[in-house]
Parts: sequence; C-alpha cells; structure tokens
Amino acid sequence: METQQATLSAKDFVTDQDVRWCPGCGDYSILKQVQTVLPDLGIPRENIVFVSGIGCSSRFPYYMETFGMHSIHGRAAAVASGLKATRPELSVWIVSGDGDSMSIGGNHLIHLLRRNFDVNLLIFNNEIYGLTKGQYSPASPEGKITKSSPMGSIDHPFNPAALALGADATFFARSMDRDPIHLREILKRSNAHKGSSVVEIYQNCNVFNDGAFEVFTEKGTKKMETLFVETGKPLLFGEGQSKGIKLDGFTPRVVDLTSGESANDLWIHDEKDRVKAQILSRFFDDPKKEDHLPRPFGIFYQEERFCYEDALNAQINDAIKAKGKGDLDALLRGKNTWTIN
Amino acid sequence: MSTTLETKKNVAIMFAGDSGDGIQLTGTQFTDTAALLGNDISTFPNFPAEIRAPQGTLAGVSGYQLHFGSVEIFTPGDGCDVLVVMNAAALKANLKGLHTGGIIIANTDGFDIKNLKLAKYPDGVNPLKDGSLEKFKVYEIDVTKMTRTALADSGMGTKEIDRSKNMFVLGFIYWMYNRDMSNSIAFLQEKFKKRPDLIEANLKVLKAGYNYGETTETFNARYEVKAAKMQKGEYRNIMGNQAAALGLIAAANKSNLSLFYGTYPITPASDILHELAKYKNFGIKTFQAEDEIAAVCSTIGASFGGSLGVTASSGPGIALKGEAIGLATMLEIPLVICNIQRGGPSTGLPTKTEQADLLQAMYGRNGEGPVAIISASTPSDCFDTAYEACRIAVEHMTPVFFLSDGYIANGSEPWIFPSAKDLKPIKVDYAKARNPEDAKFLPYKRDEKLVRPWAIPGTKGLEHRVGGIEKENETGNISYDPDNHELMVNLRAQKIERIADYIPLQEIDNGPAKGKLLILGWGSTYGSIKTAVIEALSEGYEVAHAHVRYLNPFPKNLGQILSNYDTVLMPEINSGQLIKMVRDKYLIPAIGFNKVKGMPFTSTEIKNKIVELLK
Repeated sequence: METQQATLSAKDFVTDQDVRWCPGCGDYSILKQVQTVLPDLGIPRENIVFVSGIGCSSRFPYYMETFGMHSIHGRAAAVASGLKATRPELSVWIVSGDGDSMSIGGNHLIHLLRRNFDVNLLIFNNEIYGLTKGQYSPASPEGKITKSSPMGSIDHPFNPAALALGADATFFARSMDRDPIHLREILKRSNAHKGSSVVEIYQNCNVFNDGAFEVFTEKGTKKMETLFVETGKPLLFGEGQSKGIKLDGFTPRVVDLTSGESANDLWIHDEKDRVKAQILSRFFDDPKKEDHLPRPFGIFYQEERFCYEDALNAQINDAIKAKGKGDLDALLRGKNTWTIN
Repeated sequence: MSTTLETKKNVAIMFAGDSGDGIQLTGTQFTDTAALLGNDISTFPNFPAEIRAPQGTLAGVSGYQLHFGSVEIFTPGDGCDVLVVMNAAALKANLKGLHTGGIIIANTDGFDIKNLKLAKYPDGVNPLKDGSLEKFKVYEIDVTKMTRTALADSGMGTKEIDRSKNMFVLGFIYWMYNRDMSNSIAFLQEKFKKRPDLIEANLKVLKAGYNYGETTETFNARYEVKAAKMQKGEYRNIMGNQAAALGLIAAANKSNLSLFYGTYPITPASDILHELAKYKNFGIKTFQAEDEIAAVCSTIGASFGGSLGVTASSGPGIALKGEAIGLATMLEIPLVICNIQRGGPSTGLPTKTEQADLLQAMYGRNGEGPVAIISASTPSDCFDTAYEACRIAVEHMTPVFFLSDGYIANGSEPWIFPSAKDLKPIKVDYAKARNPEDAKFLPYKRDEKLVRPWAIPGTKGLEHRVGGIEKENETGNISYDPDNHELMVNLRAQKIERIADYIPLQEIDNGPAKGKLLILGWGSTYGSIKTAVIEALSEGYEVAHAHVRYLNPFPKNLGQILSNYDTVLMPEINSGQLIKMVRDKYLIPAIGFNKVKGMPFTSTEIKNKIVELLK
C-alpha cells in the first residue's frame, strides 16, 4: 500500500471527464495545482473527498479522480460537516465560489469555521456570478456594473478575510490562480493545518469579470499592489522590496525604505497573532484609491483549536467509559416494566 | 359517613392548570402508576405554545389527559369524566370537554377575584358559586391552603411551598381511585435525591392529599378501575417521540451502522433529539446544526460516508429541507426524514396536531423526486415505523419519510417492548474494494431491486463522483441527453414502486373482509377509528377498518381491498390528502371526513359518521 501511494502522480487525479470551464478560465490553473499537490500529501486516493456546491468552481469534483459530491447551492460546508463528523479519517476538501460560500451558503460558512471541522475550504473568488452569466456577487466591489446592476452595484462587498476571522476561523490564507508556486505552497500548508482552513483564491473570470484582479497578478503592477506575508519576515513590497509596513499603534503605515526608514522597525509577520491578523485582514482598499495599502497574500492567521469531530468522538468514548457500551435490550426495557400473565 | 367503592371500566381524567403548576408531572405520575397496576392507558398532553404564558390566563393553561381502564384503551378519551382544575382559566378552557355528570375538582384558591378576572369571567361571576356547574359534581378544595398548612413547619418559603401543590392533587386523586402511591414515592426519592428536604416536603404534601380524601366527609365515593385483560407480556410505558428514538437506535444496532442524527430544534420533534443525545454510549452522533438545511445536508454527508443518516423536523423545517431531499433522490443514498407534523401552514399551530404534510412529503420537491413514505399510528407504533423507515432507506438506497404528529409524539401508552434478537434483520452491504484490473466501477448500476451500490469513501478502487445534476445511467457521469433523462426519471420512480415487493400486504384491522363500509385511515387517527369501529360492530353495523402504514408505495393488495366495500370513508386531520392519492391511484369515489382544528378526532365523531353512512 505504502509503495503504491508513493507512485501516485498528478495524472492519477485526472478523471476521464472533459473539463468544461471556458477556455482561459482561472479554474484550470487551480485544478492543475491541486492535482499536482495531492500526490505529495501521502493520502491514499480513496480517502480523499471533494465536496462542492453550485457554480462554475463547483464542477471541480467531477475532474478529480477521488470520491466527490457536487451537492446543492451553498451547502457544501454542511455536507462536509456531516461527512467529517462521521468519517474523521477522510481528507475532506470543500470547493466553493464567492457566491456559493458567502451569499447562499454564508450561514454554513461561518458555522463551519466556528466548529472548526478539520477540512480544507477553497473559495474561488472571481467577484462575479459566472454560471448564471454575470450578475454581481457578494464579493463584487461597490459600483460594479453588471447585468443585474446596470447603474452599479449598491451592495457593500464582503471582505472574506475579515469574515473568516470574525467567525473564528483557525486558518486563513489568500492566493491567486496566476501564481502557481505560491498557490501550491498555500494548499500544502492548508492541508497540514488541523482545523478548518480557508484558502481564498483570486480567480479570473475571463468572460464576465476579466481583469478583476489584474493589478495583483500582472507584472507591471503586482510588486506595488501585493504584499506576500511570511511568518518571521518583515512586511515588504514594491520594486526591489523597497517599501514596508510599519505599525503605528494599531494603524498600519506604508514606509519608504529608500528614504532612511529601517527594515528592523517594520511589522514582522506572525501568523499566530490574532490581533495583527485582524489588522492585516483590513488591507482591503480599492487599489484605485489614493494612498491605499497593498493587498496581502499568504497565511494571515493560523491557530490550534479543538476540532468538532474530535470532541464529538471524545464524548462518545467518555460515555462508553462511564456507562459501558450501549445494550439495546436494556434500552428497550427502560426503567419501569410490568408483566401481564 | 361511609364511602362507597364503585367499579368503573374506564375513566378519563383531565388535569389542567397553569403551565407552571406541575400539571404534566402530576399526569405522568398517575399514568405510570395506572400502567404499573395493569390498566390499559392512553395519554395526551396539551401544552400552551408559550413557555410561561402569563399566570392565570387562558393562554397559559396546560393540560394532561389520561384515559385508563380495565378494557382496551385506544385513545386519550373523547372528553373526560374528571376535570381537575388549579384555577379559573383551567376550568374555562376545559369545561366543554367534561361529560355531563362528570366530576370537577377545583382548587378554590385559583378562583379568587384576580384569577376570575384573568380568566375573563365577568365582574362578580364565579362559576363555583353561580350554579352554572349544576350538571356536574363539584368538589372544592383549597389546595393552596392545605399545602401551606402541611408545610407550615418546614421552614420553606411560601413560593417554594406552593410548588408542591400538584402533589396534594396527586395524592387526592390516588385516594379517589384507590391507588397505591409507592411508585410516586420512589420517583420523588430519586428525583430529589440531592435535596432530602424536598423529598420530605413533597411526600408530606402527597400524603396530606391522600389523607384529606380519607378524613373529610365531603367525598363519599371512591372508584376502582381494575387491571385490563391485556395481551400477555412484559410492558413499559412509552411516548411516541421516545419510541421513534428507540426505533432509530435499534435500526442502527441491527444494521451495524452508526447513527447520525442531524437536526435543528423544532416543536414537536425536538424530544427525539433530546432522547438520542442521551445515548452517546451507543455511538450515536447527534448534530444540532445551524439551520434546517444544514441539518439535512450534514445528514446527507454522513450517509454518503456510510452512516445511517436521519434528519427530523416538523412542517416548516421540512419545507426548508426540500431541495436537499431532492438531492438525496438523485444521489440515491439512504436518508430517513422524520416529520413530526403540527398544524400549518407556515408557523401554524406549533403545539397542536395535524396530518397536513402528507402531500408535502409526496410532492414537495422540484422535478420528479419520488421518495418512500411511511406513517406511525400510535405512540408505540413510532418504534416499529421508525425502524422500518431505516430498513427501507438502507435496503433501497432512498430517502424515506417517517410521518408522525404532535398527538402521538407526545402521547403515551403501554408497550410490549421487543427483544433485540426478535427485530427484523436489516441487510446492508457496502460495495467492495476493486483492483486496478477489475472492470470499471459503475456507481449507478442497479440490482434486481433497481438499487445502486452504496460505495463509501475509503474503499479502494471505488473513487467516483455523485451530484444533483442528471446522471448518465450506470456511469453516473453528467448527462444532458434527453432520452437518458427520461430513462433516469422512470428508473427512480420504478425503484420506489418496487419497494412494494418488500413490504407486508395491507391487513384489515377490524371488521369484515367485504361489505358495506370500510374506514381507511392513516397515522394518528388509529385510536379514534379503532374505538369507533369496535363500538359500531358491537351494535351490528357492517363496517371495517384498515389503517395504511405504507403511503408510498402502497401495499400491493390495497386496491383489491378497497374494491371489496361499497363505500370507503377516509377520516383525516387535514382537508383531504391521502384521499387524493387513493382516488388518483385506484379511481374510487372515496368519501372524505375531515377535521382541521389542531385536535384529533374523537371516536364519537367517527362513530356518528359511520351511523350516518349506514343508516
């Protein structure tokens, strides 16, 4: 068994189904990175389950040669909760989009996170409804012109990082479809985390929302607009890492390292620091705004907290220890009986 | 003055008071004692919707009706023979159910000016004083005063003392029906084992109530209800929701599956959750989800993983679960959905009973998503029916509705409990692992029952995908092919129809196999119909009773049975739901008999209808 697993390759996770996303969709890259990472995780293929809801991203399980369920809109987190509660040994991956996880499935998302089931939740965020052909989503920026918002969206968008941390997520990371190396690294860390891991992946919908993230993904602007965080390292960005973030009390300020500021005074990232993670999650300015902060990528926050399924099983074991394994006949008989002869 | 001892065949007592008066406890204690003494019994609690409605008001009245007898008892009784009221509101709310000549036991303290006003009696009117109760025998007792006197030396505060009032009433009723109190004494000793002072206080009041009957001269009649000639066997008392919970546990045990119960609290289904949550040492996993949708979806996840997945709710929650139940029909995995029905639509009447969700179970999904449906007819029948729902779900890989309702869910009766070894076996085989050289795994390849394999994650070589999109026959791959869709719709329907080959034939409960009139019922109307039909048969009416447990698919011989009678009458606690299904399938002119008042049929109502039809 062990040796067979060692020989698995990305190809072994490809199904015989035609992939039906639009040509050029960011989902292709994400699929590729997941298939590339899985063989390295050492999990038997039959122990992996992908659960999705509805939306473009949610077709994902059909393309993974593992167990999979394409469930109903918004409910993947709930399906995965029941599966993980009863089969804690399985590696459970939830694939969802911004609409599926934060609009129709918003309730299940926050409850999954507070319960901290040990699952990986990949949110493919394209800031649009793709499958229904281009309406604004709960992640679309204010003013977004779409088919359902011809004068611009008047919905204030969710900030997924702040939402996840607000629901006491024990792991939140952000990555992007256009940075395969970073995405693969984050996927591995997400899998290694015991608890609900949220990975928000900026994903370009080239048909209905092309270029939504291009300031973060394209060469010309990426360095200035993105901030790749790593524990133990200072918050640096810009051409030649010439800029940094300094914490002034609770207020983050951009400093220019070429004008005498020292890198030693910068904010050093610590993914275990909840307060700083909350501040980091608020780096969510519109990139068009003057003096905006760069958008962070990487692991914002990670903590160890008990998982629901472990606590559930522990209670069962405690009950068995205290009362003995359930005896059906004793249960059916109850406490008071009488006999009619 | 000497007291006489009169023997009664059956008696219905209604205990009524404020929801804080301990009425339910008084009722259940008397019930347990009656059961232990060998009476047949049936009970029905009637709670106010509010947890603690304002004291003394009509909205706050809590009731508990107990029917016990030396004859077979099938219902909590049409009305009552004895009405015990703790206050004026309790009298006002329940008087119309008291039989003429019946006994009223009234706590006079509950009829002071304040209470009369709260019960909305006109100024200056006290029903105990104005002669309006002359059709009844009224016994006035100042329960509050007696209780306080009994505990005068206890050092307890008045508020705490007044909480024992119900024990005085219980003691008095025990005297009146010549009952041994040892069961209640043992109960109080166990309940307050950490508070010896409360044991002493409650026992003192209980005995004071009994002695009051013995020593006062007001009461000159005592009654005796002898043990019933019941089927031989060992009995216990059981409530419907409790029986349903035990049925689920038994099914998990017999099928060697672990039970997952995903649910969201709702009246009147929550007691199943409370019951199951106690039995973690049976390996049961209860999951109180964030909402009804998560409750059913988590259960689907658990079923997909190989557990016996059960979700439960009442009508409003079932409406929310509709889409997910449709998903389960597409996934073709086992799923038991318990609907403990209540008055609808919308929030409706949460604490009242109704049978109005049958068509919701049958048709409440988008597209054509057939499911199996079975219904329980009495409190103890909830055990067999829940068990059977699980058996059908796992043996036929399908969602199954288990229908019960507030009436039987909260009602109780004696039950000859089965032993584990006598329960029908439940056969479950997960699909076996495959080697790479074996033929490709086909997740939707069916057996002779048209059932697909249950291929659970963790099984080597069975990696496959399922989902809500239409699937290609056998492979389960996504398919939009028109012919394939029609084929799959038909296959899913035929799969449910084929369950009819694996369920018992319909039996006649009572009466001739052919004749003038058949009463066809389902669910909780069983007791009223049975009582009415027994009575009508004894008076020479040609009437039979059949009660359908399997509502989809119907038993194979149901059509044949219906054709054996000139007239088919269908009583339902709705505006006519099963009758639509029966007329649709068998094209017979069945007659509906409907009541939609949040209350069960009385047997008299059914009996009168029988007489009217056979006149």
